[in-house]
Amino acid sequence: MTAPATDNMLERRWPEAGIHQVPYWIYTDPGIYQREMERIFCGKSWNYVALGAEVPNPGDYKRSWVGDRPVVVTRDQDGEINVVVNRCAHRGVQFCKQNYGNTKEFICPYHQWTYDLKGNLIGVPLRRGIKKKGGMPDDFRREEHGLDILKVHNHNGAIFATFDHNTEPYKDFLGETIYGYMDRVFDGRELKILGNSRQLIPSNWKLMFENLKDPYHATLLHVFLISFGLFRGDMKSASVMDESGRHAALVNRRGEQRANQGTAEMTRMNENYSLSDPRLLQPEKEYDGDVTVVMQTLWPNLIMQQQSNSLAMRHIIPRGPENFELAWTFFGYADDDEEMDRRRLRQANLMGPAGLVSIDDSEVLKMSQDSIAFYPEEDGLYEMGGRGTEDHDHIVTETAIRAFYKVYREVMRL
Amino acid sequence: MSKLLLDPILRFEVEDLYSEYADVLDTEQFERWPELFTEDAFYDVIPRENYERDMPLAIMRCESRAMMQDRVRAIRETLMFEPRYIRHLISSIRITSEDDGTLSVTANYAVLETLTDEMTKILNAGRYVDRLVRENEEFRFKEKRCVYDSSVVPNSLVYPV
Repeated sequence: MTAPATDNMLERRWPEAGIHQVPYWIYTDPGIYQREMERIFCGKSWNYVALGAEVPNPGDYKRSWVGDRPVVVTRDQDGEINVVVNRCAHRGVQFCKQNYGNTKEFICPYHQWTYDLKGNLIGVPLRRGIKKKGGMPDDFRREEHGLDILKVHNHNGAIFATFDHNTEPYKDFLGETIYGYMDRVFDGRELKILGNSRQLIPSNWKLMFENLKDPYHATLLHVFLISFGLFRGDMKSASVMDESGRHAALVNRRGEQRANQGTAEMTRMNENYSLSDPRLLQPEKEYDGDVTVVMQTLWPNLIMQQQSNSLAMRHIIPRGPENFELAWTFFGYADDDEEMDRRRLRQANLMGPAGLVSIDDSEVLKMSQDSIAFYPEEDGLYEMGGRGTEDHDHIVTETAIRAFYKVYREVMRL
Repeated sequence: MSKLLLDPILRFEVEDLYSEYADVLDTEQFERWPELFTEDAFYDVIPRENYERDMPLAIMRCESRAMMQDRVRAIRETLMFEPRYIRHLISSIRITSEDDGTLSVTANYAVLETLTDEMTKILNAGRYVDRLVRENEEFRFKEKRCVYDSSVVPNSLVYPV
């Protein structure tokens, strides 16, 4: 299984120890990055691309990405969602540059090749030449030169796409547990988009997944969260995965703002912290059960956030080995009243490029990359909660990171 | 344009508020930042795309001076971030209208950011869309919306814009 990656200048070998040691070269090597694009993002995986509510009407479109490859998500005249590659079949121009819009067709500006919203090529100017001179060969068939089309799955408004039309069905890909958590938020109710934000984090994309698969850091790094009991190690919690281990969910319950044995080592906790305007944090229960936080990491490019009433899709878009974009879409439900809208908008202060919690993460990710880039031969250590990949009913564990790298090594053949 | 809006004293007063605003943030006197607002003021930092599409989501949103004070306290006490300097460049300040003592003002801004090992870069560029009122003789922001063009934020936006 430990085959060298031959497309690199240096021979890359995973540490003998296994998945609890992760070599730093996977965060910087351009050859590894290319292989990730081909095998992980463009391989047999369902990639998150958009919410259906972002393209509510026939003719609506939104630019998006699968891995680092530009695509366009469209809603055609039949009301169906399509995902097409944003690359003209003629000479490769990225024909769609408006992030959102409504159109009947896409016209490439270069030679005006024209496509419908399903990606079919419907017009090629001067195809028959001028006065019988020039033009395309007689055997040119328009239907053979449409845009590349991805296979689409719509999970009650969450849109996923795959380049490989033989990818297993979406439900099987997620597995029962993770499908259940997705279905908890995407339960069929109509969604309401609150808005988007984007940030470019100067680190490898996998460090973002590691961050969300590691509940242990949240209880130490995020003083804001722990001080208000929004995520605490002493609360009943879990780190659970699908059978393969590629997806994970961190599940937590809101704790009290009170020190106890479990918080003794959270040295940065401030139990006397209080807000001048408590409206920032006045969560209202909206799902069955006592779970208040579910952070899902879906292979290969999505973090689905439910932190109290803050619902957001965090779309990971790799931008080379040492950068990735995090594109956030905050949303609620169409039947939310004004008070719930405001509650979600206030709680959005915790997350995003200026988030009172997430700044800690974007900053620490950069600080990781700032250092590991210079030590490709060194390894990271992932032994919290043992060396296995089983589910845990606590948060003092890095099990979901180990499980991620188990799958990563298989897919990448490393 | 009405005579009032052309009043040089008024214009100096308004410009002075913006100069003070920049100075307070750039010199990291964050505790003074909320004092430049009225108690019930609204402040947000919102991507231009959301603003123009009537989507309310902002990356920073304070619905009162108290929420601004909470933001400042988080900067001081809970947030973990690399050391940095910021520098506000504010220009083209325009008083666009006056209604019962409330001035509508727009201005262009660019916020530069300097991290310890890096060249100075533009952190955020956009337009202030503000409403000003007098409080104890001095102008204060009743509403300040920082509508930014720079759709992709370079890593984190820690300090107010």
